[in-house]
Formats: sequence, structure tokens, C-alpha cells
Amino acid sequence: MQRPTLLGFNRHRHLKAAGLLVAVATLAYALDRPPVPSYGGTWLGYALGIVAALLVLRQLWLGVRRRHHGGSGNLQDSVSAHVHFGAALVVLATLHSGFHLGWNVHTLAYLLLLAMLASGVYGVFAYLRVPRQMTDNLGEEGFADLLLKIAELDERARAHALYLPDELGAVVMRAVTQTVVGGKVFRQMSGRQPDCPTRAAVRRLHEAGDPLDAAQSAHQRELYSIMLRKESLLIRARRDVAFRARLGFWLYLHAPLAVASVAALVAHIAATLFYR
Amino acid sequence: MSEPVTIAIIGAGPGGLSAAARAAALGVSHVLLEAAPHIANTLRRYPRAKHVMAEPAALPLRSPLSFAAGPRETVLDTWDDELRRCGVKLRVDARVTAIDGTRGAFRIALASGETLTAAFVVLAIGLQGNIRRLGMAGESLPGVQYQLDDPDEYQDETIVVIGAGDAGIENAMALTRHNEVILINRGEAIVECAEGNFNAAMAALEKGELECRHGTVVEAIEAGEADGFPLRVIANTPQGVERIRCHRVIARLGADPPRQLMESFGIAFPNADLDALPRLGAEGESSVPGLFVVGALAGCPLIKQAMNQGQDAIDRILGSPVEPVDEPMLKAKLAGFRHASSVAASLLEIQRALPLFAGLSAAQLRGVLLASTVRAPRAGEVVFQRNDYSTSFYSIVEGDVSAHVPDWETDIQLIAGDFFGEMGLISGRRRSATITAGENCTLIETPRRTMLKLLSVESVRRRIDQVAIRRAIHRYIGLFLEEHELDHLARSARIERYEAGAVLFREGDEADGLYLIRRGSVTVSRMIGGREVVLFYAAAGSYVGEMALVSGKPRYATVRAVGGSEVIVLDAAHVVWLASRHPDMRRQMDERYFDYMQAGEEEHRLATETDAARGQPENLVAFLMQQGIGEATDVLLIDLSLCIRCDNCETACAETHQGSSRLNREAGPTLANIHIPASCRHCEHPHCMKDCPPDAIHRSVGGEVFIDDSCMGCGNCMTNCPYGVIRIAAVNLGYRPPSLWRTLFGSGTASGTPPDGGCMPPKAVKCDMCKQLAAGPACVRACPTGAALRVSPEAFLEYARRKVDDGARPSLAG
Ligand SMILES: Cc1cc2nc3c(=O)[nH]c(=O)nc-3n(C[C@H](O)[C@H](O)[C@H](O)COP(=O)(O)OP(=O)(O)OC[C@H]3O[C@@H](n4cnc5c(N)ncnc54)[C@H](O)[C@@H]3O)c2cc1C
Ligand code: HEM
Ligand code: SF4
Ligand code: SF4
Repeated sequence: MQRPTLLGFNRHRHLKAAGLLVAVATLAYALDRPPVPSYGGTWLGYALGIVAALLVLRQLWLGVRRRHHGGSGNLQDSVSAHVHFGAALVVLATLHSGFHLGWNVHTLAYLLLLAMLASGVYGVFAYLRVPRQMTDNLGEEGFADLLLKIAELDERARAHALYLPDELGAVVMRAVTQTVVGGKVFRQMSGRQPDCPTRAAVRRLHEAGDPLDAAQSAHQRELYSIMLRKESLLIRARRDVAFRARLGFWLYLHAPLAVASVAALVAHIAATLFYR
Repeated sequence: MSEPVTIAIIGAGPGGLSAAARAAALGVSHVLLEAAPHIANTLRRYPRAKHVMAEPAALPLRSPLSFAAGPRETVLDTWDDELRRCGVKLRVDARVTAIDGTRGAFRIALASGETLTAAFVVLAIGLQGNIRRLGMAGESLPGVQYQLDDPDEYQDETIVVIGAGDAGIENAMALTRHNEVILINRGEAIVECAEGNFNAAMAALEKGELECRHGTVVEAIEAGEADGFPLRVIANTPQGVERIRCHRVIARLGADPPRQLMESFGIAFPNADLDALPRLGAEGESSVPGLFVVGALAGCPLIKQAMNQGQDAIDRILGSPVEPVDEPMLKAKLAGFRHASSVAASLLEIQRALPLFAGLSAAQLRGVLLASTVRAPRAGEVVFQRNDYSTSFYSIVEGDVSAHVPDWETDIQLIAGDFFGEMGLISGRRRSATITAGENCTLIETPRRTMLKLLSVESVRRRIDQVAIRRAIHRYIGLFLEEHELDHLARSARIERYEAGAVLFREGDEADGLYLIRRGSVTVSRMIGGREVVLFYAAAGSYVGEMALVSGKPRYATVRAVGGSEVIVLDAAHVVWLASRHPDMRRQMDERYFDYMQAGEEEHRLATETDAARGQPENLVAFLMQQGIGEATDVLLIDLSLCIRCDNCETACAETHQGSSRLNREAGPTLANIHIPASCRHCEHPHCMKDCPPDAIHRSVGGEVFIDDSCMGCGNCMTNCPYGVIRIAAVNLGYRPPSLWRTLFGSGTASGTPPDGGCMPPKAVKCDMCKQLAAGPACVRACPTGAALRVSPEAFLEYARRKVDDGARPSLAG
């Protein structure tokens, strides 16, 4: 009942298969003594090229599998295969090129493939690491719970702020109305808001020195504790947003890259066949 | 006192209406007394526009009134109309408070103080109980109401809600959205409600959305327009008398179960359970001669059945012979029976062949057979397979069957008069043997639900227990004992029942016997470092308590019931005696002893280390038990250390179930990295099945608990499920999972197809483990990282126990 991760799925079945493929290809490459230096045009080059192209199609199929739940089969299986064969694919493509790189569409296709590998490897890394961090950060609560609590604190803060001198009240109101969780991608990933108004309110409330009467002081003390509490909730909420961004953003590179790399691949094949 | 009548019919629900209409049609003097200001109060309290079902479809309707499935409003309008035309003497606002006298001379007292006399009484007051009223001046003023249909009907009013129980708090909370609400609570604090309601009320009070007067008693309600407020509630608060001005008063003071009322009429009940139904003769006559009971109170939970009974009761009172409406159905059922000459003869034959049913009344036997199927399997045909889930119980009328269990040397022969399937019936677990039919075999297959009801009949229960004890000894200890040994042991055995959390025995107690668990499950725990640490989990089919018997020392560990459990306790001295005669048994017990000692030590080490190293006292097994995993057969868990929160599981569930997910990933409890999302656990003894009027919830042989199309959306199952996994939802018939084409080139997300095929009336929906898909549950298969898994509690707990040693926080990841 051990739960395997993506990499270890089904007793490393896909790792073994992909490894075997790479081993066979490497061996063939090492033993091959073509009349001209190895490149895509030798028979081995063609063979590697065709296998690699088929593997690219197999990689693309995941995009369909991920969205289509009707059939049988198990998505973890597909993703595990995708990861291992993706890596094998890059090795095959490298051998296929015979290490001939230059400023042309062939190399473009190759570089795009490397970019796929890089983004994919990042993705796997994130899948393995981030979920644990998310649970540690939120514990039993959900993101929505945090927002709800923050909203409740805001409401209480509003009520207390009415009793404070204008300037101090305004600082609190800014914290209530202008604190943001999330935002654009980079803001999300950073997990913070520059000049966070809540942070500012905590600092401002901490500075003594306002001429307050006894009742106002009580409100100020109450507000200080509210803002402190809100800040700690904010840190967790923003961290959660950041984690989710880390889990998700790379796919926004990976998927368009997939389209681009296929386009480049088609161009590469067309060019090869045309200029033969 | 008004004119005496022949028949007084009390309660104008389906049962009473049909009876009154029959009496009117036959020209018998009668009166129909209804407490509410209108007929069919129970139906009127269904949700607005509810689609009323006419189940069971095969049962003919026998009533002067018509009834067909349709919107609640149509059903009610039809009855109103027909009632007027057939000349029923209806009196509304006539609550019956007392009945005395007997056949020929009943005196019936109404709440108004009036008394009526009648020769016969037909009682049809249903099961909804009598809503308690305020009992003070102003209790019936317009604007004073005792229920709330639709909270959004009222806007910008000041509303006083009286009573801070669950119903009161729920109503108050729902009204705060658009109104000013004042809750009146007799106690000093809110205590008489569920935790969720308490928290909600507390939050609303703190935010000022709700006002509450504690320690307050309402003395009267006055009418009188003042500043636009039509009502004044005179309330005695700790600060003095307050006059609260308001637009509306909603009193939620609970209901009196009809049992009390019926007992005051002199009607006898078979046992002390508050929800027991009265004891009735075959004709529906109660223990008070001349007083007949029909409808929901007579154990018929559906409208059509209630209507049929209403008409039959009148005919019986008038002395005309009544052929039971189900006679043709029974005839068809018994057609497969070899000796079937007439229904009555077949029934006699069956009762003679089956000692188990000897003690049943004719009506009870008819009921059992109506629900059952007569089967005549060919010789060699498999009746059921070991490890199937139990859905029924079998009695052998003729011929024989053989039971096969892999680790037994020989098969066991069962003959006419025997029964089988009782073990699964009691445990709610998989079948323990494979049963194969012999020559000329006739079996009666009775559904589990019917059988469970029958267990309340003492003679049936006793007989099943006698046999079950002997078979259990056989199964659990795995020994073929000699007949006298078995007798000896069985005579010493007793059956004990435990509530969830109850202690079977405690560490350090004197050992009194060997405990065979036949229903539910238990945890075995020891005090380690001042804390109770759970070492094992044992479910129906295994035994506990052998350690002290082997060692002769006091109890090694404490054993607690996880859910409601039943055990067969074999007397200690008898077991020791038996072990001395059977070296095999001795060896088996010794082996277990050493295994458990070892595992216990291991656990001890872990528990102490875990504490010291990480200061993390969570006891995973205890947590899971608290969450009710012990009574599950298959539970969805999410390993949060793998879950990338992609919600693929929900999307996949929606796609396989008409576009609505039966799983809520985020909801549900979490411990460390293990999360139990809100999704059906396919309980051993599903709570949801308990009270489903059309009997629409079943368990398939694979173990899936599912709801079939006869569901009528009453919501009982939703209330009964303690895990909140059933929803009442409109099912979109036009839903098609997205095609591959749309997946690739369509826009938007995969699910969320616009409803275009029209919607069915709302029904209960829940996880069915995708039993229609050969590949298994879609949620688990759609999870890209393997975070979602479905497991049985044994498999899971075995694993979790080892996992605590993992160094990291417990998780499922390897
Ligand atoms: C939410 C819900 C949905 C349901 N949906 C369906 C469905 O779709 N199809 C179906 O077949 N069944 C359905 N049922 C079951 C059905 O409502 C009952 O089987 C049926 O109403 C029982 O009829 P009855 O005549 O026994 O009692 P009831 O219908 O309960 O009628 C009892 C009547 O007696 C009156 N009364 C009570 N006490 C007194 C008294 N002391 N003096 C005078 N009068 C009194 C009450 O006001 C009431 O009008 C549903 C039940 C519920 C709760
Ligand atoms: C030619 C190479 C590759 C192609 C064409 C490709 C293509 C794709 C596509 C189309 C998707 C689906 C995106 C979506 O549905 O939004 C995807 C997902 C993914 N890819 Fe690749 N990929 C390639 C290589 C790799 C490699 C080398 C790795 C890892 C080492 C990798 C890891 C992943 C992962 C982890 C996912 C996400 C799966 C999920 O969350 O369901 N890919 N890839
Ligand atoms: S097992 Fe099937 S029905 Fe149950 S939650 Fe998963 S997808 Fe939904
Ligand atoms: S719906 Fe609820 S009560 Fe019924 S089997 Fe599922 S979890 Fe158990």
C-alpha cells in the first residue's frame, strides 16, 4: 500500500522502460561507424529521429488525457510515463543531432525541447516539494477560511477605527481597504505585498505618542492586536497563494512551449525532407 | 356534545383522507378531524414545488381519491377538490387531545374542549409529531407561526424567534440575511443545539447580526398596530418585563412524539423505544378494540400505502371481507414455489418448513415474503460468492446447499429449514463463504433491510443468535469441534452490544473471556507514557482478549468499540479448557500472543520516540477512528504531501456523474498530511439506508452503497448520514461528458456543460464508487500524482501504523 510518487510509480516501470530505450540508443550510437560523421542523415540518425518524433506525439497526448476522464486508465501512470519518456526523448534527440548545432531551425527545435525538459523538471520538482509546504502552512484550515477570518478582523477594525483621531484612523482604514492577497503572477509568486498597508498599520499603531484619551487608547490597543493577528493570517494566505502559483505557473510555459516545439519540429522535418 | 357518528377519522393525511372518502362513498356517518387549518399537513410541509412520487409503482391504488406523481401543489389541489365533491365531513382546526372508551362508545376530546362520540376510531395522525404551541394568549394571532418554509419570503422585518434549539437557531440564522432577528432563549446560555449551530449563533451574536435574550420567558403576545409593528411580545427578562415590538413571531418549541399521545389513548407498544410503532393485529386494529391505526403510524411510510390502508380500515370496520391489496403480487411471487396451490397454502407450507419464521404472524410473514424472492437454483449453481458484499439473507425451504470456505477441510452441508447469510447480515461485511446449491433446492432470499426489521421479533432474533454463535465459533477459531464441545462452549457464550467508544475491557482487568467481534470494530490500546496509544484495530471477523487467557495475567490492553459493535463473549474457563484439549488452538493463540507482544513493544518505542523527537502527540489511528473510519468499508483519502490541489478528482467525478461532483476535496478533516475529503465511505451499516421511504438505497455485491432511481428526494438520507456526503440536487439529464473534439478545440473547461436536456426533480446524490466504470473510481484514476486513494480501513490502518516511524509527519507517500 506504499504510495509511490510520480517518479517511483509502479515500481519504476516507466523509469526502467525509458532507461532501456536510452541505453539501446546510446549503445547503437557508440557502435555505429557511419561513413560521414554522425548526423541526422545517417540511417541511425533517421531511426533516432523517427523514434524521437513518435515520442513527441506521445508527450502531447498527455494534454488530452489530462482533460478527458471518461476512459479507463490512471492519470498517474500517464504522467509518470510522460516524465520519464520526456527525459529519454531529449537524450534521443541529442544523439539524433550527432551534436551538430548551429543557427538554424533544427537547432531551434532542439532548444525548444531542452526548454520543455527544463520546465518539466521544474514541474516535477514542484509537485514533489510544494504540497507538503502547503499543508505545513495552512494546517487544517483552507484558504477560504483565512480570507473569512481576515474579513472578520477587518470588520472589527473598521468599528474601532471610528474612535481614533483622523490620521490614525486613516492608516487603519487603508489597511482594511487596500491590503491585497495575490495579484499578478510575479506578485503571487513573491508571497508579499510591497508596502503592505497592514504592516504599516501595525508599525504606526505601535508608535506611541498620539494624544489619546483613555477610551481611545483602549481602541488603539484592541486595533493593534487585531492588526497583528491579521498580519500573521496575511502571511499565511500569501504564502498559500505563492505555493499555488509555483505549482501552476510552469505549466503556462510548458504547454505553449509544447505547441512551439511541435511547430519547430514540423519545420525541422519539412526542411530536412525538402533540402535532402 | 355533537351528534354521535359511526366512524371518527383522526388526521387528514393521505391515510385519513382516503378512509374518510371511503366512508362518505359508502354513506356511513363519519367525521374527519384535522388539527391543522388545512388537510394533509405533512405534505404541505414538503419543500415548495416538490415532486411527489407515487411509489411503489407496482402497487395498485385502492382509494376513492386519486393520486398520481406530480408537483406537491397539484396533488393537494386534486384532493381538496375531490374531497369537497364526495361529501366528506371534514373539521379542520380540530386537534384531538384525548380518547377514551372502547369499541362502540369512544369519547374523543378536542383541544377546543369539545367532545365527540363515535363507535369506531381510525387513527391516521402520521409520524410527524405534534408541534408544540406557545400555549398562551396570542398563540394563534396572524404573524405567529410555528414553522418557516422559505426564509427569503420575509424582508426587512423585525422577527422574534422563540426557542434556541437547533430549529430555532437555524431559522434565526436564515432570517438574519434580510431581517432584524431577536432570539429568545429560556436558558442562561445556548446549550441545546448542535455544535455547528452553536458556533454560527456565537459568531452572529458577536458581529451583532443577531440579538439574543437569555434567561427570558415569553408571557403573552399582543396584537396592535404601533409604529408599523403589528405584534408585541411580552417577555420576562432577567432585567424585568420587556415589550418587544415586531412583525412576526416564529416559535420553535419542538414536537411531542405521537407515542405519548397514543399511549394516553391506551394503545400498547411492543417495546420501550421512543420511535417504536404501536402493536397492531392483522387487520390493523390496535390493542384498543375498535381503534384502527393506518398510514405512517402503522409502518407504511408511503402515501399510496397509507391511502390503501385508509380504505381497507373502513371496509374492515363495516365487516366486508378485504382481500389484501398485495394478494396478486404475493401470488406472482409464490408462483415459483413448487407446491403452490393457493397463496394461503404456500404460506403455511413455508412456515412449516422454516422454524425461523414459525413465530411470525400471518401479516408479518406476508410482509417478509412480499419483500423476498423465491429462488430455485439449479444443482451446482453458485448462490453467492465468498467476499461478495451481503445484500440478503437466505432460508432453505427445500433441498440443500453446501458452504465452502478455503481453509476448511470439508464443505458444510445445510439442509431444509436452515438459513445462511446471517453472518454478513450481522456484520455488514463481505460474505465469509461460497454457497452452492444442491439438487431440487428452493430458497427464499430476503433483503437485508427486511431481515434487520425482523430482528426486532424476539423469536427470530433468538433463533438466529443461537445458530450464529455456533457458526462464529467455527469460523473465528477455525476448529471443527465435537458436538458436545460446541454445545458446552455455545451455552457459556453471551452476546454483548456496545455503543461507540464503550470499553469492552480495560488494561489490568481480570480476564473474563474471549471476545469474538461479530459486528463493528474495536481498537486495542495501552497506556504508554501517560497517554492511551492505539496499537491495533480489529474488525468483525476477528477476536480479541486471548492474550490474558494465554498468559493467565490481567488484561494486557484496553479494548474499545469504534462504532456500535456486537461481540460474542466465550467464557474464559471454557476457552482454556478447550485449548487444553486442542493443541492447534493452543498454538494459534500462542502465536498471536507473541506477535502482539512484539508489535506492542514496537508501538511503545515509537510512541515514546515520536513524542520526544517531534513533540507530536497525534495518534493517527485514534484520529481516524474519531472520524468514523472504523465503520467505513472504503474511504477516499488524500495524501496532502502529494496533492497538487488541481481538483482533477472533482472534475472527473463531475464528468462521470451528470456534471455534478459527489466529492468535495477541500471539505473534511485533516491530520498531518492525511485528509479525509467529504465523500461517501460506504459504511458497513449505512446510516443513510435507515429511513428511506421508497427503499432506494442499496449495497451492491462489490460493496458500493448507491441510490437508485426510485429516490424521491425526501432528504432523510442526507440528514441521517453523519458524514455529510449526500446532497439533494437536480440531475441534468442532458449532460454529456465533453467529447474528445471539444476537449481539444472547444473553449472553457471540460465540465460545466450548460443544462440543456431539462432537469429531473431533485434527488439525493452521492458517490457510487463509479460502479458503472469497469476501471474503478474516476477520482482516483484522475489524480495525476497518486495523492487520492480509496482504501478499506484495515488496509489503511495497518499501513498508517507502520508509517508513524517514517521520520517525517505521517503521510501516505513512500
Ligand atoms: C419531506 C418528505 C417527503 C416525502 N415524499 C414522499 C413522496 O414523494 N411520495 C410518498 O409516497 N411519500 C412521501 N413521503 C412520506 C409521506 O409523506 C407519508 O408516508 C404520508 O404523509 C403518511 O401519511 P399519513 O396519513 O400516515 O400521515 P400524515 O400525512 O403525516 O398526516 C397526519 C395528519 O394528521 C394530523 N394530526 C396530527 N396529530 C393530530 C391530532 N392530534 N388531531 C388531529 N389531527 C392530527 C396532521 O396535521 C396531519 O395532517 C415524504 C415524507 C417527507 C417527510
Ligand atoms: C517534447 C517534450 C514534451 C512535450 C511535448 C510535453 C508536453 C506536455 C503537455 C502537452 C502537457 C499538458 C499540459 C497541459 O495539459 O496543460 C505536459 C504536462 C506535463 N509535462 Fe510535459 N512535455 C514534454 C516534456 C516533459 C518533460 C521532459 C517533463 C519532465 C521531466 C515533463 C513534465 C510534465 C509534467 C509534470 C506535466 C504536468 C502533468 C499534470 O499536471 O497533469 N514534460 N507536457
Ligand atoms: S469514486 Fe467516483 S463517485 Fe466517488 S467521489 Fe470518486 S469519482 Fe466521484
Ligand atoms: S452516505 Fe453516509 S451513511 Fe451512507 S454509506 Fe455513505 S458515508 Fe455512510
